[in-house]
Amino acid sequence: MNALLSTAISGVILMFVGLFAKNKQSIKYFAIAALIVAFAANFIDLRYVLKMGPYTAYASMIKVTLFTTLFNAVILGCTLVYFLLTGSGFEKVGDEVAEYFALQFFILSGIMLATSFNNLLILFLAIEIISIPQYILAGSDKYNLKSNEASLKYFLMGAFSTGILLMGIALIYGGCGSFDLYKLGLGGISMSPLTLSGVLLIVFSLSFKVSAAPFHFWTPDVYDGSPTVFTAFMATVVKAGGFIAFIRLFQIAFQGGIVNQQWTLVLEIITACTLIIGNITAVYQQSVKRMLAYSSIAQAGFMLFSLLAFNLRAQQGILLYAAAYSLATIGAFSVLLKLKDYTFDGFNGLARKQPLLAFAMTIFLFSLAGIPLTGGFFAKYFVLTAAVQQGGMFWLVIVAIICAAISVYYYFKVIIAMYFKTGEPEVETPSGAYKAALILTVALVILLGIFPNLLLQFMK
Amino acid sequence: MLTVLLILIPLLAGFISFGLKGTGPKVLALLSSIATLGVSLVALFQFKVHPEATRFTAQWIPQLNAKFAVGLDGMGAMLCLLTTIAFVLVFISIFSRTYERSNSFYGLLLLAQAGLTGVFTAYDALLFYVGWELALVPMYFLCSIWGGEKRIPVTFKFFIYTFVGSLFMLIGIIYLYLHTKDASFSYNAFVSAGASLQHGEQSWLFWLFFVAFAIKMPIFPLHTWQPDTYEQSPTPVTMILSGVMVKMGLFGALRWLLPVLPGASASWSDLVIVLSIIGIVYASCIAIVQSDLKKMIAYSSIAHIGLMSAAIFAHNQLSLQGVLVQMFNHGINIIGLWIIVDVIEQRLGGVKNMKELGGIASKAPRLAIFLVIISLANVGLPLTNGFIGEFLMFSGLFQVNVWFMAVAGLGIILSAVYILNMIQRVIFGESNAVTAKITDLTPGETLSLTLIVLLIFVVGVYPKPMLELVSGTTQLLQVAFQGSISLK
Repeated sequence: MNALLSTAISGVILMFVGLFAKNKQSIKYFAIAALIVAFAANFIDLRYVLKMGPYTAYASMIKVTLFTTLFNAVILGCTLVYFLLTGSGFEKVGDEVAEYFALQFFILSGIMLATSFNNLLILFLAIEIISIPQYILAGSDKYNLKSNEASLKYFLMGAFSTGILLMGIALIYGGCGSFDLYKLGLGGISMSPLTLSGVLLIVFSLSFKVSAAPFHFWTPDVYDGSPTVFTAFMATVVKAGGFIAFIRLFQIAFQGGIVNQQWTLVLEIITACTLIIGNITAVYQQSVKRMLAYSSIAQAGFMLFSLLAFNLRAQQGILLYAAAYSLATIGAFSVLLKLKDYTFDGFNGLARKQPLLAFAMTIFLFSLAGIPLTGGFFAKYFVLTAAVQQGGMFWLVIVAIICAAISVYYYFKVIIAMYFKTGEPEVETPSGAYKAALILTVALVILLGIFPNLLLQFMK
Repeated sequence: MLTVLLILIPLLAGFISFGLKGTGPKVLALLSSIATLGVSLVALFQFKVHPEATRFTAQWIPQLNAKFAVGLDGMGAMLCLLTTIAFVLVFISIFSRTYERSNSFYGLLLLAQAGLTGVFTAYDALLFYVGWELALVPMYFLCSIWGGEKRIPVTFKFFIYTFVGSLFMLIGIIYLYLHTKDASFSYNAFVSAGASLQHGEQSWLFWLFFVAFAIKMPIFPLHTWQPDTYEQSPTPVTMILSGVMVKMGLFGALRWLLPVLPGASASWSDLVIVLSIIGIVYASCIAIVQSDLKKMIAYSSIAHIGLMSAAIFAHNQLSLQGVLVQMFNHGINIIGLWIIVDVIEQRLGGVKNMKELGGIASKAPRLAIFLVIISLANVGLPLTNGFIGEFLMFSGLFQVNVWFMAVAGLGIILSAVYILNMIQRVIFGESNAVTAKITDLTPGETLSLTLIVLLIFVVGVYPKPMLELVSGTTQLLQVAFQGSISLK
């Protein structure tokens, strides 16, 4: 809860900082400081929860659990890395640097709500607080037609899916007579048709938010059209925030053990579609930015496993997945930002010109592909183990494995271009601070890949 | 602790090598490989005296109950020895060369050595998997950066093939892990978990593991990555690939397949043997008509590995002893062949087509003598190291089914055909404009080849120590089979 307040207040302050700050650099430092404050505030929460157990607030609209604080820590940590790696890229988008930071803090406060909501109305608020700033960020490159298109497309589709979410909440209220997550009791054997349609509508709407197929059509265009700095944020931290809302809703509302076949089948099909469509379409992309957009869809497919499996491993898995995936994707986008040409050919010969950038990119891609000794391996390992443990969806695990193999193809295309082909890539010379941040990110990815328990040790 | 050193020395040397310049990486790699050879010899003696002392266990990921558990048994000790010998031979034979970006070249080779040793010593399934992948990634970069013209698609195919296989294995590992009593990855837990499974479950788990190992060996029909990769890779890398890395597949089957899933291994053994034998005959026939020297050796390697895989699934003491001994000897022999091929290729400016060669014996007599000895050892002539292994394997196969032995035996005859043909075309006959400029071996090359020939004769004449070393492993496996047969 401290983190929620701290991010919301920081957002408001940052809007005013823009008026007074003479220097754009100082805004960035202010944002980083505000983030560290939020991180510290969350740490206080974490210590409190570890000692006293979960607590509720605001007439039990919000419930802060251990998982809430841990996930907040991952989100805030990844955002910190994001600011360090790409903070200087904000100035290139437009003049309103303070506003961009402020909007991102609002998104963060939305995610803090999503990790702690205890009531369907708060879920709705959280999703909206996450979404609206994104519509603005997507269109922030005002004189670029593609950016405008991305914003409009995202807004129209997003508004529509929000409507569906609201409809679903209304139907569930009609069926269960409550908005309180713990009172929904959806874990029973039978479910009234009214509630079931409500659940399905929520599944569809949230699938849209996390870009699961077949609700993913907005993703490539929006990610491609938005300024690359903001795509990096949308595809990682924001997506993880959407997932946590999804998972929290189902893990709590379906407590009671018996998982209803009707909606799990729907979710299994969504997962399979997301994996297959995401991976196969990514193979055909010519631009690395678009490839990363499809890869984010494909990775969402793996994260969906943690929704299907109701066990501790699934929770550990999503925590690890959010961290490993976000760090690697943020890192990959930050390298992409340094290049002029976003096609695969633009990477030709990067290893000779900028060995550090190429090496870091390789580690990030390894992590995304799930090669051992990077964080991505254990992330995949945990979600797949959770699925096997849950039982009954072995076919899906095999699909996931085949898709993981396909993903190697397009991730390695970048590595092949960087290391084995020759060319003269147009690349901006990285600053010392950027290099330091990049090395830090690589170290984090590798550390998670050797000792995932550093992150998981807090979970009981 | 010695076992940990075997992994740690090449790992650290590998990382340091990336930071060195000039001849630094070369010297460091040689020193590190000699040091690991020393350690592996000491470890071997330690294993003979106190087998338990080679074990080392440390906590790794408490949430998963995964441990850093390494140790040696007879098979592991022998393969570690093979690995260390192979790397010493490779580093000696290429010592006079200079490679572009040599710091990365030697660094990656050393990292691959660490991964290979990890595979051969792991007693924890997760650690085994990590080592399995860690050995693959450096190899991929080595082949793709320093390889031949078509290296990019060829090595990419190699990578994808192996990666798919290992992903299937990962699913198998996860499934078994969830069925262990104490939720751990330890070898013993896996063995008891595997035995407790129903026959149907064992069957499909068997295939998940087997595909991974079969791709690595490689076994027909999963072998298609292999000849191209061997041909396109830089020769030092090919030596490691064919001498040591294919043993990962055989080792995997012996350590993590037969004892863990004994029932399924017994019931699918006939099919696997048939596939292996098809591979032997098929690869031998292709080897006969190959005119490219490197590809011919690549196909001959498929044939040899096929025989070993058939012998593994023949399920008796004789054939198992044969496999274990042959794993070592095949590694030594094929590295010797590659060294010679590399010398020829380097001296003649990339010519490796047998049609253009000939008459080397008169220009480079030492090279010719070594080629003849090593080739004949490769065919399995008595008194060379190849003989004992093949003899044991054939006797084992004979006990299972006479026809298996008869068809597999064709492989020996065919191998004599292509090897003698090769000797004839490469070193005898008239020398031509291309081969006229060949020069004889340098001291470094002579040294490594002499070591190989010494090993060939020592093991060939007196194989007893080696058979004793692996006897513990074969007895253990034998117990597992008998258990499985009574289950059936």
